[in-house]
Amino acid sequence: MTTLELVVTAAALLCVSGVPALMLPSRSPLGQRITTALVLAGSILGLIGSVSTLAGSAVSDGFRLPWFLPQGRGAIGIDPLSAFFLVLIFVVPALGSIYGLEYWKQDEHAENGRKLGLFYGILAGSMALVVVARNGFLFLIVWEVMAMAAFFAATVDDDNPEVRSAGWVYLIATHVGTLCLLAMFAFYRSATGSFQFEQAPAMPQAVAGIIFVLALVGFGFKAGIMPLHVWLPGAHANAPSHVSAVMSGVMLKMGVYGIVRITSLLPLPATWWGSTMLIAGAVTGLAGIAFAISQNDIKRMLAYSSIENIGIICMGIGLGLLGRAMGRVDWMLLGMGGALLHVWNHGLFKSLLFFNAGAIIHAQGTRELDRMGGVARSLPLLAALFAVGAVAISALPPLNGFVSEWLIYLGLFGTLGLDGGTGFPVAATAAVFLAMIGALAVATFVKLLGTVFLGSPRRSDSNAAHHMHKPSLLMTGPMLALAAFCLAIGLVPSLFIPAVERAVYGWMPATASGQALLMLAPVRWITLAGIGLLVLMALIAMVARIMLGGKVVRKGPTWDCGYARPSARMQYTGSSFGQSIVGLFSVVLRPRTRRPLVSGAMPEQAAFESRTPDTVLDKAVVPVFSFLGMQLPRIRFMQQGKLNLYLLYIVAITALLFIFGSMGVRP
Amino acid sequence: MIETSIHIVLLLVFPPLMLGVINKTKAFFAGRKGVPLLQAYYDIGKLLRKSLVISTTTTWIFWAGPIVSLASVLAAGLLLPLGPFNAPLSFMGDMILFAYLFGLSRFFTTAAALDTGSAFEGMGAAREVTFAMLSEPALFFAFLVLAKDSGSLSLNTMLHGPAVGISATLVAPFVLIAIGLFIIMLAESCRIPVDDPNTHLELTMIHEVMVLDHSGPLFGLVLYGAAIKLFELGSVVLHLLVPFQTSLWWLNWVLLIVELLGLSVVVGVIESIMARLRMHHVPSLLIGALLLCGSGFILLVR
Repeated sequence: MTTLELVVTAAALLCVSGVPALMLPSRSPLGQRITTALVLAGSILGLIGSVSTLAGSAVSDGFRLPWFLPQGRGAIGIDPLSAFFLVLIFVVPALGSIYGLEYWKQDEHAENGRKLGLFYGILAGSMALVVVARNGFLFLIVWEVMAMAAFFAATVDDDNPEVRSAGWVYLIATHVGTLCLLAMFAFYRSATGSFQFEQAPAMPQAVAGIIFVLALVGFGFKAGIMPLHVWLPGAHANAPSHVSAVMSGVMLKMGVYGIVRITSLLPLPATWWGSTMLIAGAVTGLAGIAFAISQNDIKRMLAYSSIENIGIICMGIGLGLLGRAMGRVDWMLLGMGGALLHVWNHGLFKSLLFFNAGAIIHAQGTRELDRMGGVARSLPLLAALFAVGAVAISALPPLNGFVSEWLIYLGLFGTLGLDGGTGFPVAATAAVFLAMIGALAVATFVKLLGTVFLGSPRRSDSNAAHHMHKPSLLMTGPMLALAAFCLAIGLVPSLFIPAVERAVYGWMPATASGQALLMLAPVRWITLAGIGLLVLMALIAMVARIMLGGKVVRKGPTWDCGYARPSARMQYTGSSFGQSIVGLFSVVLRPRTRRPLVSGAMPEQAAFESRTPDTVLDKAVVPVFSFLGMQLPRIRFMQQGKLNLYLLYIVAITALLFIFGSMGVRP
Repeated sequence: MIETSIHIVLLLVFPPLMLGVINKTKAFFAGRKGVPLLQAYYDIGKLLRKSLVISTTTTWIFWAGPIVSLASVLAAGLLLPLGPFNAPLSFMGDMILFAYLFGLSRFFTTAAALDTGSAFEGMGAAREVTFAMLSEPALFFAFLVLAKDSGSLSLNTMLHGPAVGISATLVAPFVLIAIGLFIIMLAESCRIPVDDPNTHLELTMIHEVMVLDHSGPLFGLVLYGAAIKLFELGSVVLHLLVPFQTSLWWLNWVLLIVELLGLSVVVGVIESIMARLRMHHVPSLLIGALLLCGSGFILLVR
């Protein structure tokens, strides 16, 4: 089998993985096991195909399908760029499927388990098809299948009104995005003469610019670039956790893929493409992480942090585009390479964190941060895995997040024009934004780790801790695998850099060549530093142990400055932890607080509440849509269900087209 | 080889002395005799030999706090060139690793603080991450200036300054980032006017309050790590403030030690003549540092 055949077979297997279960009784766990087995089989096939393409042992491949639709032939193909995204598509959903065996047990979720299995498989399979589609038409079809499958998978719990409303927002956002993509492909067709994904001939700068902007907006809706992210927090928070993991870890990256693919086809970009992308990335990253720290819901925090990471990826892409515009191969390699590696990295650690969040929600029965606490003592393995994910996502050495951000930093510093070559020093300020984002990410994930896992349980029903639901190997296994990947990329990046480099060369114009990513970024030093750091930690731990010798380590209550009976309710909450940062960003975040009125010497019991709703959704999207909802009924008269009226419309449109056609205007 | 050995010995042994000099200076201003110059060594030595009381709420994260923190500042110390000498480890992009190692240290220190479940320590941790959010970008602006001016992405050449001496256009940016970095040094190593390492009123502090529950060897590691951090950030600032060297290699080491001691005296003087800022004024100071470093960069590339 060729690699492309392997990948297509894998996608087909994923798409039908939920079908056998439909024929089995709704409470039978057998159906779910068959689904998972099919997903795993498909993913392994697909991984063989995509990894061999990335490793360079298989040539890029493509074929054309017999096609009954107008506009060219349906074409599919695989190249290192597709293969790079395929690896993520075949890793995360497969692990999520194993996780789902325990997280969403068929016999506990008889009413929607089979539906979830079906759409989960279709979501994974259609994403694989999205990255191998080589024709605009086919691309849009599988793109829509993916969007709808994600909708049904994320809203399985549709008894809950919150889930339904999050689903609605998602549905509208994804379709507005698709609308932009339709327009984008229309322009693309008129500029290049076909829908095929082939290197476009030279076209006017303005047309290329319009295509780029439409792609940025259309794919930006899927990727969650601010302010197009409005659907993201709600949908991620309300979906089952393994679906959140797939959506956040993989599906957002389809938006990234779209931008990367389209910019690879268009002719030489203008510099403003790169700067726009850098600014979009910096804004998305900073606003995303600022919203993340202001949230009180564990999954909403993770969702906003996905927006932040998309921002970082966009900064890398922006740098790559700048390099493309200015003919700098090193910027392309470092910027786009960092962005692509971050696509993998974010897919890995965000899935790890979402799986983890699901396990915590199972154990605690709430998503509310300020009702958790002290989970680390009852579920130590989960805490360790979360710590790994948190360090990785905060881009700290020695884990993988650091490596990809380091590549982007190197590229951004390179725009200073250090070797006397061309420079673009304004772009280098993006490095400062990246640093601020990094510091805020540390704050956000210390808040999450601290509030959920550390301290003492905040729940008043303290016995809840005793019959806490312990996750089994089905749930921890996939997390362990993801954590191992994070460590591997963090410690030995040189193993993965060649794959990144091949993917970036797939994106670059064919004329660019001659530089190696390993030369531009000395990742071997990262290996040395990472291992050295771990050795130092071990040494210091040993010294501490030796110094302690046989001395008794006494245990006592936490020192509360003389107060002998500190209680769990006196701990710093997650909201208080984030409060000072939220205050500094209050112009954008607009936190809402309800303060109690304390009066008199003996005030009554009072409550304080603070939350940060999404500013864009609340202040822009909802008002616009409710205005439209009020005004649009006025044109309802046009659609009255009268057949003769509709026929008249068709005649009128046909007549108009005839008139335009006879005047020589061609669509 | 000799250089590397001296570097490591200096990194491991010298830092607590800076604390001693600061305290002596403060004592001098207050008209006191003050604690011995080597008191910080005695303290650390005593703490390392002591036993340990830990809170019942804590987990392994509490242990990881001081250990990871010390390991990361030590690793950062190996990336840092001292005086005119090269760092033991140096590669392209090492300044980013240097900054992020401090991030790693902060991650585990603040997590360990939250592990105790105490409101005081939570407060300290919240302040630490808030102020870092402002000092980190300032540091990167300074990196940008240094990288642009030296044409290199490695701390060695970035901090050693241009080979031909500082040209007139570089003076203003250098002065601006030197002031900015000095403020960052005070903030990150918890000195006045940002934090007061001497008070034991828990409400007024950042760093001290985070480690309230650490005792014995663990607290020893914390104190030691804090001293090293001051030493490293001080060395960075010294590269900008006194970019001089002599032709004798041993004299350069002596010069470096004298400079570090002088810097400690300056810190001590600041601590003696200034009061700590009110907590909600600290962000203004750090934003000032950010603006200084940012203006330095703008002046350089305008």
